[in-house]
Amino acid sequence: MSPLVSIAGLSVAFGGAPVLRGVDLALGKGEAVGLVGESGSGKSVTWLAALGLLPRHAKVSGSVRLDGRELLGAPAAELDRVRGGRIAMIFQDPASALNPVLTIRRQLCEALALHRDLQGEAVKAEAKRLLDLVGIPDAGRRLQAYPHEFSGGQVQRIMIAMALAGNPDLLIADEPTTALDATIQAQILELLSTIRREMSMAMVLISHDLGVVAENCDRVAVMYAGRIVEQAPSNQLFADPVHPYAQGLIGALPPLDGPRRRLTAIPGTVPDPAHMPGGCAFAPRCALAAEPCGLAAPSLALISDDRTVACIRAEASRRALLGIAAE
Amino acid sequence: MSAPLVEVSTISRSYSMRSGMFGRATAVHAVDGVSLTIAKGETLGLVGESGSGKSTTGRIVLGLEPPDSGAVRFDAKPMAAPGTAAWRAQRARMQMIFQDPLGALDRRLPVATQIREPLDIHGHGTPAEREERVRELLRAVELTPAHGARYPGALSGGQRQRIVLARALATKPDFLVCDEPVSALDVSIQAQVVNLLCDLQAQLGLTLLFISHDLRVVRQISNVVAVMYLGRIVEIGSADDLFARPEHPYTQALVSASPAPGRRSAGRIVLAGDPPNPAARPQGCAFHPRCPRATARCASEVPALSAVGGDRQVACHLVTGAQTRDAA
Repeated sequence: MSPLVSIAGLSVAFGGAPVLRGVDLALGKGEAVGLVGESGSGKSVTWLAALGLLPRHAKVSGSVRLDGRELLGAPAAELDRVRGGRIAMIFQDPASALNPVLTIRRQLCEALALHRDLQGEAVKAEAKRLLDLVGIPDAGRRLQAYPHEFSGGQVQRIMIAMALAGNPDLLIADEPTTALDATIQAQILELLSTIRREMSMAMVLISHDLGVVAENCDRVAVMYAGRIVEQAPSNQLFADPVHPYAQGLIGALPPLDGPRRRLTAIPGTVPDPAHMPGGCAFAPRCALAAEPCGLAAPSLALISDDRTVACIRAEASRRALLGIAAE
Repeated sequence: MSAPLVEVSTISRSYSMRSGMFGRATAVHAVDGVSLTIAKGETLGLVGESGSGKSTTGRIVLGLEPPDSGAVRFDAKPMAAPGTAAWRAQRARMQMIFQDPLGALDRRLPVATQIREPLDIHGHGTPAEREERVRELLRAVELTPAHGARYPGALSGGQRQRIVLARALATKPDFLVCDEPVSALDVSIQAQVVNLLCDLQAQLGLTLLFISHDLRVVRQISNVVAVMYLGRIVEIGSADDLFARPEHPYTQALVSASPAPGRRSAGRIVLAGDPPNPAARPQGCAFHPRCPRATARCASEVPALSAVGGDRQVACHLVTGAQTRDAA
């Protein structure tokens, strides 16, 4: 099956500092892929660059193909059809993504008019249908309301409704629940997975929360310092992480049941993009780093049918993990 | 269990809020009859969603805000009146750490100067001794004197939170209130700070009130956990037991909503409805409009926090001691 979106060698630099250093990622139709990593790892920039949403001074290279057609450097008219039409995006802070002085109906109808061939009453009916779909009670009347009349969770539902206006094939959800309370986060995640199933839409879920990604995605890519360092089906990644950074992330997460253990913190901090270490970017923080790690940056290599890891010490790291488990 | 260092008895605090420019002022009960005790050297975790009153509770416990009713006792003595010498002496023994370290630091002063500030204010030791103490504190939070010469802007988020921690420890406090201290940090840095906090607590015998919405972090660090909903404690008990067998329907939903790697969302309790609004507190049990098990009684009668066996206390009409525990 040909992928819906394929990203190859995507690189982004701001003022000479590389923030994305060759990202390769493919996404099948209807697939849910999670992107995890710490702040500054390039999770959001990957998709902002893919959709041409970065400021002009950003230097973008590589290739992003949607159904085989190149998006990087595509004419504005074509990008306008893709953005919001084939690929929609929702963000962490939904309140700032809505216009506070326009009613929800105006904003929803704007999106519908841009991406759907609907006229007059049909637009309004569709706007109401979308609000119903995302679970806003009393949708008909609430269309007249302004953004501030909704709670944070409801505003995020409205953002999802707007994203769905163009019947997208892919929804990029960038930290969609980070600003929400735990019980509301559970509601939004459930809504996203229901909609995804019903519309057989692909989704990229960007999150720093490993739990959120693990539960809602088929496949997970772990990013570190502008690169994907490990890619695997969710259940495998969390049961048996191979890259030392992925292991570190999972070990740093306090358990909610079972015995308490000391958290395995990763020492040091994320490298500054302007002073990226030579070789593997994680080597300075890695417990398993050996001499060759400083020489060349490892590339993603297959370790089984559906898993790739960018680490020359992958075998050693796997053994170390099993050794720890045996103790 | 040793003697309690902090005893909070039925504190309440309400604010008046206007809706709109000409709206009538309504009372918002941020904290409503909260009682807690924290034993010396132990950690009490306070969890709840936004608007549950956990931060206000922390501020009252620290004496940053007076309660409308109720009292806080620190080391078996009542809190001194604000502004007095006794109050200052008491305040040197208790410190606070906030969520946003950049907001808590002055961007135009080197961080070492900021760590020294509490020592200057409370007049601890000679200038040379203060300098030595600053170096000692930097070492305690695993930073070097070179970090001390920097400005907050030149440090990473995790390093800044260490500086805030060092400053809070400067006057050798017995009690720390930590309000979402690691929420703004990345997972790997969060683990560093949590480990550091645990180590320092063990070394210095600190007593902590740890406020967070993150159940995992709270469990990691706390001996006892209290769950708040709309200004009241709905469940309190020992950390491991509480998260393993939550009794209150709200705690059950919170634990169930906490995503875990390796567990699919099957069987998750998803609460209907919006987060509660403290300005429009429902009658009876505040949780009843969202509770999947609510009965008619829940809508009219406020449940009291009562013991249900062991050290657990629950405020719910449906949870009454041993028989519910066996049934669950």
